[in-house]
Amino acid sequence: MSMNIAEKILAFKSGKKAVEPGELVIADIDLVLANDITAPIAIKEFRASGAKKVWDRTKVALVPDHFTPNKDIKSAEQAKMLREFAHEQKLTHYYDQGEVGIEHALLPEQGVVVPGDLVIGADSHTCTYGALGAFATGVGSTDAAFGMMTGKAWFKVPESIKFVYKGKLNKWVSSKDLILHTIGDVGVDGALYKVMEFTGPVIDKLSMDARLTMSNMAIEAGGKAGLMNPDETTLEYVKGRAQHKWKVFTSDKDAKYEKVIEYDCSKIEPVVSCPSLPENTKPASKLSKVAVDQSVIGSCTNGRMEDLRIAAKILKGKKVNSRVRCLIFPGTKDIYLQALKEGLIETFVKAGAIFSMPTCGPCLGGHMGILAKGETAISTTNRNFVGRMGSTESSVYLASPAVAAASAILGRIGTPEDLK
Amino acid sequence: MKLTGKVWKFGNDIDTDLIIPARYLNTSDPAELAKHCMEDADKTWAEKVQKGDIIVAGKNFGCGSSREHAPVAIKAAGVACVIAKDFARIFYRNSFNIGLPIFESEEASLKIAQGDTVEIDADNGVIKNITKNEKYAVKPIPPFMQELVNAGGLIAYGKMKFKIK
Repeated sequence: MSMNIAEKILAFKSGKKAVEPGELVIADIDLVLANDITAPIAIKEFRASGAKKVWDRTKVALVPDHFTPNKDIKSAEQAKMLREFAHEQKLTHYYDQGEVGIEHALLPEQGVVVPGDLVIGADSHTCTYGALGAFATGVGSTDAAFGMMTGKAWFKVPESIKFVYKGKLNKWVSSKDLILHTIGDVGVDGALYKVMEFTGPVIDKLSMDARLTMSNMAIEAGGKAGLMNPDETTLEYVKGRAQHKWKVFTSDKDAKYEKVIEYDCSKIEPVVSCPSLPENTKPASKLSKVAVDQSVIGSCTNGRMEDLRIAAKILKGKKVNSRVRCLIFPGTKDIYLQALKEGLIETFVKAGAIFSMPTCGPCLGGHMGILAKGETAISTTNRNFVGRMGSTESSVYLASPAVAAASAILGRIGTPEDLK
Repeated sequence: MKLTGKVWKFGNDIDTDLIIPARYLNTSDPAELAKHCMEDADKTWAEKVQKGDIIVAGKNFGCGSSREHAPVAIKAAGVACVIAKDFARIFYRNSFNIGLPIFESEEASLKIAQGDTVEIDADNGVIKNITKNEKYAVKPIPPFMQELVNAGGLIAYGKMKFKIK
C-alpha cells in the first residue's frame, strides 16, 4: 500500500505495516519534551499517577526557555520544579541556564531529534522538527505526562495536504514569506487536524535553517505536523550531531493526499501578517505607512544562524531608527557563539540593537520586550494574536528577518529595497 | 450526562492567549488561572461568569499555544462545558485529558445567542435551546475519546493499560 511520510512514520512506530487516515494508533515515541510553563503541570500529573521513574531518562527533554532567566518569583518556582525533577530522574536532556536555548532551535541542533523520530512536545511549535522528516506534534501537559510514564502517545492518523512550491524565489523572499503566504492562503484553520507536507523544487533548495522556519509555523494553520521529506541537505545536517540512529521515511510517489496545493513562488513578494491573526497577510510593500516601535528578531521561528546573518547584513553600518527598540535573540548558545565569531554581535550592537541571550521572552509577552498600549512591533516570531506581546491595545506584525531588520532602520514597515 | 446553563457567546478563532494570557502562566494553580480567564477578550468576564455557565463559540476554538492552562482556567472558572463549531486540535485533546466537556455542533454554534439558556444531553447527542425552544444535533464523541472518559482520563487509562515504573 502506498503511503505518505506521516503515515509511514505512524505505521512504523505503532508496529503496523500500514495505516490509513482516521485510524487510531497507540505508538512508541522517541522523545517527549516540555518547557518551564508546561512541565510543571506534567510533573504534577506524573507524581499524582504514582509513577516513580520516567520510562526512559534519555528520551525526556526539559527545556526551561520561556520565562528564563527567571522573570519573577513564581517563574523561579516553576524553573526550580523542572530542575529538581530533572536531577531526580537523571534526565540526559535537561538544559539549565548557560546551556539552554529555545527548545525548537536547540533540540534539532543538538541532534536530539533526527529523521524518522516520533516526538510529542508540550509546546505547540514542536511541529518544527517536521523539517527533519520527523513526525512531531504539540500536545498538552497531561499528554506529556502520559508520554513520560509510558513512552507512548495516541494519535488519530491525520489526512495530509501536499503543498508544492515551484518557481524562482524573488529577492528578499525567504521561507518565512513562503509559510506566511501559505497561512494567508489556507487560513488559521486551513490544515486543522491535518499534516502539511511541504514539497517541490523550492523546498529542495532551502537550507535546514530555512526549512525549520516553515515547519515551525504549521500549527498557525491548525496543522498537526509540518513534514518535509529528508534529502541530502537533511542528512548533511544530522551527520555529526545525531545522538541516536535516524531512519529515512519518504512519501511514495502515488501516496494519497486530501488535496494538493501548488504555489508559483515567483509571484510571492515579502509578506507581512497583520494583526491579529497570522492569516491576515499583505505584501510588505503595501504597509509602508505602518510605523513601528519595536523590531524583534529571533524565536523558535527565526532565531537561527541564517536569520542572524541576514539581519546583520542589513544592519551593518546602519543605525536602528531612534524611535525603535530592536531586540535580537539567538536561538541557542551555539548560535550565540557563532554570531560572536562572525562579528555579528558587534554589528548589531553598533547599529543600536540589543543582543540578548536565548529566551522565548517577548514572543509570548513573557518578558524582555513587552509592548505598551498603542505600540506596534514588527516581529520574526509566529503569533500576532491580541495582547500576544503585551498590552491588548498593542499590535504585532509578523515578518521575515530581512523585513524586521529593514523596518528597524526605517522606523516603519519596509523591505531592504527601501533602504537604497 | 445532562448540563444546563446560561450562555456566554464568543466568536471565531478564540486563541489560547485570549483564554489565558501568557503573562499569567507563571503559575499552574487552577484558581489563580481562573481569575484571568478570557481577560483579554472581556476584561471583567471572570467576575461575571457563574458556576454552571456555558461557553458557545465559532470555529477553531482554542487555537494557538498548547497550554493546558487554557481548558484548566475555563473549568476552574466554573464553566460546565464549551460548545463550538470545531476546536483546535491540541485544545481538543487537552479538554478530554483534564475533564472539561466539549461539544462540536455547527448549528448550535450559529443559532445560540448570548444569554440563552441551553441544556446539553450528552448521552443522546442533543442540545436544547430552552430560551428559543430549538434543538440542535451534536457531533458524536469518537469511541476512543469515550473510552478515555470512561477510564477516568488519560492518566488513569495509561495506568490501566501500560506498565508504569
